[in-house]
Amino acid sequence: MNQSSKIRPVPEGTKTIGDVTVPEPVFSCRDVDVYYGDKHAIKKVNIDIGRKQVLAMIGPSGCGKSTFLRCLNRMNDTIVGARVEGMIELDGQDIHEKRQDVVQLRARVGMVFQKPNPFPKSIYENVAYGPRIHGLAADRAELDEIVNVSLRRAGLWEEVKDRLNQPGTSLSGGQQQRLCIARAIAVNPEVILMDEPCSALDPIATARIEDLIDELRESYAICIVTHSMQQAARVSQRTAYFHLGDLIEVGETNKIFTNPQAKLTEDYITGRFG
Amino acid sequence: MSPSILLVLIIALSVLAFQLGKTRAIAVVGGQRRIRDLHSLPGHYGLLTAIWCGLPALLVFLAWVLLQDAVITRLVIAQLPAASQALPEAQLGLLLNDLRNVVAGNVSPEMVAPETRIAAAQYVQLRDIAELALAAIVVSIGIVGMLWVRAKIRPDLRARNSYERVIEVLLFACSAVAVFTTLGIVLSIVFEAFRFFSIVPVTEFVFGTNWSPQMAIRADQVGSSGAFGAVPLFAGTLLISFIAMIVAVPIGLFSAIYLAEYAPIKVRKYVKPLLEVLAGVPTVVYGFFAVTTVGPALRVAGEAMGLPVAGESALAAGLVMGIMIIPFVSSLSDDMITAVPQSLRDGAYALGATRSETIRQVVLRAALPGIVGGVLLAISRAIGETMIVVMAAGLSANLTANPLEAVTTVTVQIVTLLVGDQEFDSPKTLAAFALGLVLFLVTLLLNVIALYVVRKYREQYE
Repeated sequence: MNQSSKIRPVPEGTKTIGDVTVPEPVFSCRDVDVYYGDKHAIKKVNIDIGRKQVLAMIGPSGCGKSTFLRCLNRMNDTIVGARVEGMIELDGQDIHEKRQDVVQLRARVGMVFQKPNPFPKSIYENVAYGPRIHGLAADRAELDEIVNVSLRRAGLWEEVKDRLNQPGTSLSGGQQQRLCIARAIAVNPEVILMDEPCSALDPIATARIEDLIDELRESYAICIVTHSMQQAARVSQRTAYFHLGDLIEVGETNKIFTNPQAKLTEDYITGRFG
Repeated sequence: MSPSILLVLIIALSVLAFQLGKTRAIAVVGGQRRIRDLHSLPGHYGLLTAIWCGLPALLVFLAWVLLQDAVITRLVIAQLPAASQALPEAQLGLLLNDLRNVVAGNVSPEMVAPETRIAAAQYVQLRDIAELALAAIVVSIGIVGMLWVRAKIRPDLRARNSYERVIEVLLFACSAVAVFTTLGIVLSIVFEAFRFFSIVPVTEFVFGTNWSPQMAIRADQVGSSGAFGAVPLFAGTLLISFIAMIVAVPIGLFSAIYLAEYAPIKVRKYVKPLLEVLAGVPTVVYGFFAVTTVGPALRVAGEAMGLPVAGESALAAGLVMGIMIIPFVSSLSDDMITAVPQSLRDGAYALGATRSETIRQVVLRAALPGIVGGVLLAISRAIGETMIVVMAAGLSANLTANPLEAVTTVTVQIVTLLVGDQEFDSPKTLAAFALGLVLFLVTLLLNVIALYVVRKYREQYE
């Protein structure tokens, strides 16, 4: 499935500084614009997302990083008045193409939200929900296996194995967020999008999620939006800095944090604003 | 002095007290610029003074006005000649009636008996004395209260706290009014119902299948002795409520799902209030609609299919009642569905669920307890509904499950039992209270369960 994912040429006139492209990208985004009604939320963003690595998106509030993240699995479709323009390719296929089914797209691109949002179902059913609606398990034994593996990978199995039938909402905040990650893993996506996954959690739960992200990187491409620059530095290999809808700079995380090229990036990461 | 003038006087006195308290408070600390030395704002001292001036005076005033007539009447009766005092209750009542008419000026004094005329004069005299005394007492209470608080005003008097405590007591009193009224209603129903059950055994009432409440009014009259088996009424009520719910639950729920999940904002803006208008239509209008439109239409349709449909049928009443209840179901369900956090929908969409999968498996699942609560409230509303069934369901107490026949309900029977000439302590009239008690218990139970379920649901997302 990787044959078609060659590097796409970056359009002339892009103002983004740094390494926009990566070899063998899973996502290629070219000249992406997002409008909310009259508001121009994302302006001509060009970026590639690499396999088996973590891309952190940072920037001040309202800079468009969450909006951009939601383009990648077309979650902006659910917002009335939102309009996405430009090209977003997943494995060389335009996700806005007519024959691209949004249901299949979202099965390939999982998402974890800011606030843990387990369904009002049991822990088991929360994880089994995705495989069920996509028909991934032939029988109960296979489903049990998927649930078991997903919970193990999310590092939650030991804590919940004796109470799989209790409601997902009965767990603590950090456990709920790991349940949501298990739920996303269960449909076996290629990419996992995380929208400030730790902002509602305490430092201990945050550390657990960060460890988890590090492990998951071995199998998935991960995009994480975060407000914490320490977190971006800890978990990511590449970092993208957004400012007022523009992608200012993107590159290897240690380069961005030690030697930023753009003035805006430098001001932000040294804490001069934001 | 007439009571209304006195009332105005009390209010004026309280306004004066407010000013007095306020200026006193400012004077105590030595001027407007030092009011920071006061514990509370000067206005609070004013309010406290006004309350202690007006409130006790007002309470005495109210108590006096309520009791005055009874006390004076008793005094006047005590003055009557012995012959009049010995009159039987009913005739004494007539005499007092004359007396009141004379006092009120409705009847000229020449037209009544001489002793009544004297008594009326006494009454007027006593009343004038009482009103003067009342005015004197109330005004002095007000002035004493005002001066007492004024004397107590010091910079460290916690006027705000005291004043707020009085307000709190007033608020409590207002809520107590509603509670005690409900309690009073319940007790009156319970006592009358017990009187009924001392004549007709509870078991006969609850399990009897024959309802024929006609009683002979006089001992020599030919007539049935009455049968009070309420099962046909319960069955009729349940049948009609059941039909109503079959109409209301699917239509209400589906329209709520449409409005909450599918409808464009513009459609929702107009359709939702329109749907809620249904709840504002007077039930008697629904009754009209049932009798003049739905009933005949059903009969015609029944004839076409070879089914015997009675002119007044459970079906007609149930259908129309169902339409009436649609907004209860849809409005509450809509609230519950909209209350499901967007994050849950996003979670399902992000897993690749379609819109219908999201609604069926996640949104409705989350809103279910609330929807059940709304349906229970609608059922209790259907059971208690009166006007539609009085007009459309009929009066014959048939024990049947056939919706095409005429049935009767608990509420219909309560209405018919209490309409017309009847002694108020006959079993026929008392039966209405027993039915009312049953109705009250059932709807109370349903409401308690529904409120519990809804509250449980709300807690989940707060």
